[in-house]
Amino acid sequence: MLTARYIANDKLLPWLLSLTETRQVLAPVQVGGQTLFAPLDADSRLDLKGLADASAKAALLPRCETLFEFHYSKSEGVPSRTELELRETLPDQETFLFGARPCDAKGFTVFDRVYDAGTRRDIYYCSRRDKTLVAVLACTDPADTCFCNRVGGGPGETDGADILFTPVKGGFVVEAVTERGDAFLLEQPLVEAEDRTEEARKVREAVSDAMPDEAPLVGIQSKVLELFDDKGFWEGITSKCLSCGACSYLCPTCYCFNMTDEIKGDDGVRIRTWDNCMSFQFTLEGSGHNPRDGKAQRMRNRIGHKFSYYPELHDGNLACVGCGRCIVHCPVSMDVRAIVDQARDRALAKEEHVND
Amino acid sequence: MTSTDATNLYLPDMATIQEVIQETSNIKTFRITLNNPDAMRRFRFEPGQVGQLSVFGVGESTFVINSSPTRMDYLQFSVMRVGEITEKLHKLRPGDQVGVRAPLGNCFPYEDMKGKDIVFVGGGIGMAPLRTLLLYMLDNREDYGKISLLYGARSPSDMAFSYELPEWLEREDMTTELTVDNGTPDWKHHVGLIPNVLKEMAPSAENAFAVTCGPPIMIKFTIEALHSLGFNDEQIVTTLEKRMKCGVGICGRCNIGTKYVCKDGPVFTYAQLRQLPNEL
Repeated sequence: MLTARYIANDKLLPWLLSLTETRQVLAPVQVGGQTLFAPLDADSRLDLKGLADASAKAALLPRCETLFEFHYSKSEGVPSRTELELRETLPDQETFLFGARPCDAKGFTVFDRVYDAGTRRDIYYCSRRDKTLVAVLACTDPADTCFCNRVGGGPGETDGADILFTPVKGGFVVEAVTERGDAFLLEQPLVEAEDRTEEARKVREAVSDAMPDEAPLVGIQSKVLELFDDKGFWEGITSKCLSCGACSYLCPTCYCFNMTDEIKGDDGVRIRTWDNCMSFQFTLEGSGHNPRDGKAQRMRNRIGHKFSYYPELHDGNLACVGCGRCIVHCPVSMDVRAIVDQARDRALAKEEHVND
Repeated sequence: MTSTDATNLYLPDMATIQEVIQETSNIKTFRITLNNPDAMRRFRFEPGQVGQLSVFGVGESTFVINSSPTRMDYLQFSVMRVGEITEKLHKLRPGDQVGVRAPLGNCFPYEDMKGKDIVFVGGGIGMAPLRTLLLYMLDNREDYGKISLLYGARSPSDMAFSYELPEWLEREDMTTELTVDNGTPDWKHHVGLIPNVLKEMAPSAENAFAVTCGPPIMIKFTIEALHSLGFNDEQIVTTLEKRMKCGVGICGRCNIGTKYVCKDGPVFTYAQLRQLPNEL
């Protein structure tokens, strides 16, 4: 039986601040009119009302991180030559990620399958993953852009999380999900949950039951692929897209990156930064050839990756967790649900046509 | 253990440029050795695998290792000057330091090719990946049937590996044909497009593999020519180029559907290519 505790509303912030003495605490706080995951301190304004504007992915995959440093110096033996030294810079900060939503945590499982794949371990990601406790906060008021229940998730699910917080009367029930979440909670000065876990369970069920009952978006890999050469379809759905990339930057499952060097004098760094498959440059080759030179081709790859290629490679798991941030923040109101629904309808209509 | 199995996928091994060969006006070949002698001694790769070369401060780019695993005195990369990183590489001299992450990707099916006749068709810098397999086969000559090479370039001065061509032309255990789009008065070989010369050569498709690499338009018409000679899709092998960054199938840049060229390629049979979504 994993540990269950209770924390009253007025004790939450002091407790989180006490954690900052030994580790970084990332939590949704108000920053310049937005709610973003940022390091918590005494001046932070915690905001647990709804989904943060940006996902929590930067906790494990920062927007920009140094992979290693390099330093050129004059060779002592042969003055006309330069020596070069490389220095790894591995992340080592213990972190408590608080207030991620179930969709955010599920996004980490999408990363795990790619960044921690057997012998191919991305040690930057894996190191952060190992040093980060993920505490999710069950959703009690999903927005109408939320669709986690259509992509294999739910407002009280715990995939990718170590600890689950559920709002109950006067505070939160805090339940361990993993062994390490359990070990952490056992050390914390929180009171026993007692019979509040039942109340928490009912809260989660009620929210889950209240979500709109619409067709799941899983299992449509082949439908998306069937439309690959349907130029009219992809151009139609993409016509208003601006290729701005807001969807990918805010997405909890988009993990593509770029690697570039920066140098000043003799010292430099190789950095990794988020990249965006909606950008023309993403696939532009040295020869000038670009296999995805139109935004329709790029959208096709983005939708294909999330709903066809990724699930094909990873046991049917989608690379979409239904957070809806891409819908909320798209400047031209594109809706990924509508795109995927249309793709399925189009493919089904084609099948029927073939069968006629 | 190879570099890609090591703990940090992105940390290059340091290497020293031993020799720079000016192949053509815009292609240079770099012969490098890893600075760590143990790493150099342990280094293993298979024909067709690629590596990421780093010029620290500019970045990293992908090139095929075009030396042969049978000749491990150095690792050889040929670089056409097309952008920022290749421009910087072209400025480097023997003794300069580069980073290398290798080997990456898959290799030519050289085991499946044993006992078969092999037809190499290379165009321009596309000769580089073929060279590694050709040298490997020449060093294991008894394992393979007839070996023929058709290598073409725009003009005689655009032919890379020109210092090796006389030997290949003279060898009795292989057939070598050279062609250029534009000849010069002293050019003694073919003048004409590669697919047309290939049809003239008319290699038999029976018990054979064709390996082709070059500009996309050349590959397209070479495959048509191979089909007309009776080669089926499983007998045609090529390599793909895509913009790559991580080189290990994570960064998401070089995918064609579910396949990542850096990890599942760069070598594909034409039959495999036809299974992929049409996005080359």
